[in-house]
Amino acid sequence: MPNFIMSYLGSTLTPGQAGNQFWALIYVLIIFAGVSVAVIAMNWIERKALAHFQIRLGPMRVGPHGLLQPFADALKLMLKEDIIPSEADQFVFWVAPLIGLLAAFTVYTVIPFGPSQAVSDMNIGILFMLGVSSLGVLGIVVAGWASNSHYPLIGALRSSAQMVSYEVAMGLAVVSAIVMTSLNSTGTGTLSMIGIVQAQQQQGVWFIFKFFPLGFIAFGIFAIAMVAETNRAPFDMAEAESELTAGYHTEYSGLRWSLFMLAEYAAMIAVSSIAVTLWLGGWMRPFPNLLHAPAWDFIFSLFPGLTFGALAAIALLGTVRMPSHSFFKIQRVGLAVFAGLLGLIALLLLVIAVAGRSADSSLAARFNDGIGYVYWFVLKVSVFMYLFIWYRATWPRYRFDQLMKIGWKVMLPISLGVLVVTAIVGVIF
Amino acid sequence: MNDRLDPMSNLDLDAPDTYLDSNELIINMGPQHPATHGVLRVILKLDGEKVLGTECVIGYLHRGVEKIAENRTYTMFNPYVDRMDYVAAVSNGLGYCEAVEKLLNVEAPARAKYIRVILTELNRIASHQLWLGTHALDIGAMTPLFYTFRDREEILKIFEKYCGARLTTHAFRIGGCQYETYAGFEKDVKNFLTFVAPKIDEYETLLTTNRIWLERTKNVGIISAADAIALGVTGPVLRASGVKWDLRKAQPYAAYADFDFEIPIGENGDTYDRYLVRMAEMRQSLRIIEQAVNGIPEGPIMGKVPKVIKPPVGEIYHSIEAPKGELGYFIVSDGSTQPYRIRVRPPSFVNLQALDIMVRGLLVADVIAVIGTLDIVLGEVDR
Amino acid sequence: MNSALSAGAPVATPFFFYMLSGLAVIGGILVITRRNAVHSALALIVTLLSVAGLYLMLYAPFVAGVQIIVYAGGIMVLFLFVIMLVNIERASKDRRFNRIWPIGLVAACTLMGLFVSAFVKGRALFPDRGMPLSEGSNTQEIAKALYGEVNRAGQYTFGQYTFAFEIASLLLLVAILGAVIMTKKKI
Repeated sequence: MPNFIMSYLGSTLTPGQAGNQFWALIYVLIIFAGVSVAVIAMNWIERKALAHFQIRLGPMRVGPHGLLQPFADALKLMLKEDIIPSEADQFVFWVAPLIGLLAAFTVYTVIPFGPSQAVSDMNIGILFMLGVSSLGVLGIVVAGWASNSHYPLIGALRSSAQMVSYEVAMGLAVVSAIVMTSLNSTGTGTLSMIGIVQAQQQQGVWFIFKFFPLGFIAFGIFAIAMVAETNRAPFDMAEAESELTAGYHTEYSGLRWSLFMLAEYAAMIAVSSIAVTLWLGGWMRPFPNLLHAPAWDFIFSLFPGLTFGALAAIALLGTVRMPSHSFFKIQRVGLAVFAGLLGLIALLLLVIAVAGRSADSSLAARFNDGIGYVYWFVLKVSVFMYLFIWYRATWPRYRFDQLMKIGWKVMLPISLGVLVVTAIVGVIF
Repeated sequence: MNDRLDPMSNLDLDAPDTYLDSNELIINMGPQHPATHGVLRVILKLDGEKVLGTECVIGYLHRGVEKIAENRTYTMFNPYVDRMDYVAAVSNGLGYCEAVEKLLNVEAPARAKYIRVILTELNRIASHQLWLGTHALDIGAMTPLFYTFRDREEILKIFEKYCGARLTTHAFRIGGCQYETYAGFEKDVKNFLTFVAPKIDEYETLLTTNRIWLERTKNVGIISAADAIALGVTGPVLRASGVKWDLRKAQPYAAYADFDFEIPIGENGDTYDRYLVRMAEMRQSLRIIEQAVNGIPEGPIMGKVPKVIKPPVGEIYHSIEAPKGELGYFIVSDGSTQPYRIRVRPPSFVNLQALDIMVRGLLVADVIAVIGTLDIVLGEVDR
Repeated sequence: MNSALSAGAPVATPFFFYMLSGLAVIGGILVITRRNAVHSALALIVTLLSVAGLYLMLYAPFVAGVQIIVYAGGIMVLFLFVIMLVNIERASKDRRFNRIWPIGLVAACTLMGLFVSAFVKGRALFPDRGMPLSEGSNTQEIAKALYGEVNRAGQYTFGQYTFAFEIASLLLLVAILGAVIMTKKKI
C-alpha cells in the first residue's frame, strides 16, 4: 500500500494520461469537496466583503464573525418547504438545476492545479471547457420555462441570450491566447490546459504580458466577458430584484434554489480558472524567470505557510478584540480554535517548505512543489473572486439592451481585432 | 390639457387582452414593488419592450389628512403635516406654520427664521441623500445607499437633540419655534458642515463619471421646459429642464433673502441632469447653512401669537420650496379655531403626472429609473 | 515507475459503445414520441451528447468538442428559444401520430435497408477487431496517429478544404442576414 501511494506520488502524469481510474476518482472527490468548500467560503466572503464595502459588518452572530453563516444558510434552505408550481412541468422543473450543476462541475475535470495535478489533461482541454460551460445555458433556459410563468421565462431567455452573446467574445479571446501558445520553436500550439501553461513557462512570459498590450487586451475582453457569462454585476439585469422580470430562479425554493447558486459560484470559479490558466500563468509562481535563483524558489515556497500564518494572526486578533462579555464567550472560544487550526496548518506548510528545500526528489520536496502549484493557482483565482465581489458592490447595472450592444458591437470587434493582430505579430516576431 | 399630455389618451384599458398574440401587453407594477418608493401602482402599456403609456394608480396611502384638518385646531394640526412628506418633515412644518402666520398677519422673529432656515436646509440635504441612495439602488449600485444613510444619521442626531424626534420632527410652531437651540447647536452644525462636504464628493466619485451610470441616466426620461411648465412640475425636475425657478429666490420666505446662494439648473432635462442638480443643491444648502449658522441673531424665538389661534375670515395660499418642489398650503378660514379647508399642493403629486410623458418610448428598466429620479414620496402624493 | 499506474488502453470499450449508442437511440425515440416540444429538445440534447461521446471513442477529440459547443450548446439553445417564444400550446393538443405514417414507415425501412447493405457490402473496409495499434498506448497518441488531432483538423480545414469551409461560412452569413432582415421592424 505505501508503495502504491509512493509510486503514484512519484508520477509526472495526470491520472487521465496514465489511465488510472482509481486515482482519477480520488482526484474527482477531492475536487468536488474542494469546490464545495470554495463555494461555501465564497458565500461568506461575499457577504462580509459586500458588507465592509457598504460600511457595515455583515453576519456576526452565527459563529465568530459569521464564519458559520453559510452553514446556517444551507441548513435553512434544506429545511424550507419545497414548493413546485402546480402548472409546472414536474420532470423538467426537477432536472433544470441539475443540468446547470452538472455543466458547472464537469468543467473541473480539466482544470490544471499543477503540471500533473489535473483529473485528466485532455488534448482538447480548453475546447471542452468552453463547450461544457455553454451547456450551462441550457439549464437556465429550461429552468425559466419549467416555471410556467411569464416573468421567469422572459428572465431566463434574457439570461441565456446574454450568456450566448458573450460566449462569442470569450471564445475569440481564448483563441488569441491559443495563438500565442504556438509561438514556439516547433510552431505547433496546443489546446490542452496543461500545455498552455507549459507554453507560458517555455516562452518565459505570462500571456497577459506577451506582446504588450495585445495579451492584456485579450485578457481584458475575457475578464469582462466572463462577468457577463456568469450573470454577475454589472451584467445582472436578468436576476435583479428591482426589475419587472424577476429572473429564472423565481419559482425555485429551498434546496433547488441553492443548487442554482451553487452552479453560479462554481461557474464563476471555473471561468476564473480559465482566465488564470490562459493568461496568468496557471500554477507558476510570480517572476519565474526574473527571480530564478534557488534562494528565491525557497522564499516563494514559504508563501503558503505565511499566508495561513497571516490568516491565523487575523483570527487571533479577532479573538483578542472580541468584547469580554459572557455572551461572546463561545464565539471567542470558537474563533480561538479556528485560529489555532489555521496556525497548525501554517506550521505544517512551513515545515514542508523548509524540509523540501534540501533534497530535490525527496517526498517533502515533491509535496512542497505540489502545494506550491496549488497555492499559486488558488491565490490567483481568489483574486478574481474578490474582483467579482468588488464589481457587484461598486457599479450600477447595465440595462439589457445596453448589455447586448456591448457584447456584440464592442467586445466582438475588439476581440476579432486582437486575434488578427496577435496572429500577425506572432508571425513577424 | 392638450391630448398629448393626457396620460389616458393612448392607454386603452378596455381593449381585449391581446397578450399572447401581439406584442402589446399591459403590465402592472403593483403597489408592492421594491422600486416604487412606497405604495404606488403603475400600469404600463408596452409594445414589446417599449413603453407606450402609463397610468399611475394612487391612493394606497390616503389617510384623509385634509379632512382631518377640518376637525382640528390649527395648533393641533401641526404634527399631522409632518406625516405627509415624511422624509422632509421639517419643510412641511415650515410651509404650514408660515401659511398660518400669514393668515394671522404675524411674523416670526428673526432668530426663529434663522433657526428655521438652518433646520430646513439640513432636512433638504437629508432628503436628497435619501433620494440618492434609493435612486442609485434602483439602478443597481448598492453601495451609495449605505453611505448616504450613514451620513444622514448626523443630521438626524441634530434633529433629535433639537426637538426630540428624528423623522417627524414637529420642529416649528405657529409664530416661531418652541425650542431654543440647545447648547452646542452651532458647534454641531458646523461640525456637520465639515463632515459632510467630502462625503458628497465621495458620492460624486462613485457615480458622476461612472460610465454605467451615464449610460443608464443620460437621455433617459427627458422632459422639455415647456412640457414641465405646462404640467406644473416644480423643484429639481423643473430646474433640470433649464428653467431657473426657485421659490427661495423668486418669492423669498423665512430668512432666505439674507443669504447668498445659487440656483443650479440643468440643460437637457434628463435623469443625469436631475442628478447633477440635486447634488449641486446639496452643496448650495451647505452654503446657506454656513451663512445662517454664523449669523444667528439674538432675540426671542416666538412671535406675538395669541394663545388660541383664531385667524380672521379669509383664505391664503402660501408655498415654499420643499426638497421635492413647490409645496403649497391653501388655507380657508371661517373665523373659528378650526380651519374650514386646508388643501395641500404636494410637489410629488404634481410631479408624478410627468411620469407618463417622460417614459414614452423608453424601456421598462428605465421606468424604474424615472420613478426614482422624480423623487416622489407617496405620503404626500396620497396624503 | 509508470507501470504500476497504466492500466492499458481503451478501457471497457464495448461497454461504453453500447451505453452511448443505447442512449443515443433512446434519446432519438424520445424525441419523436414526446408530446411536449421541450421534452423532445432535451432528449435531442441527450442524443447529441452521446454522439459526441461516440466521436471520442473514434479518436476524434476535436469533432467531439465542437459537437458539444456548436450542437448541444448553440443550436439546441436556439431550438429551445424558438420553442419557448412561439406559442405551441395548440400543437400539443393535436393527435400524436399523424395520418401519413405508412409513408414514414416505408421511408424508414428504405433507409434501414440502405444502411444494412452499406455495412454488408463495405465489410472489407472495416477491420474486424480493434485497432492495429498496441495495447497500453495512450489514447491521445492514438488520436494523433489517426489524424484526429486538432492540429490536423486545422491543417485540413485551412489547407485542403479551404474552399468548402469558406462556402459554408458564406451560407451561414446569408442565413444570419436573412434572419436579421426578416425580424427587424425598420431598417
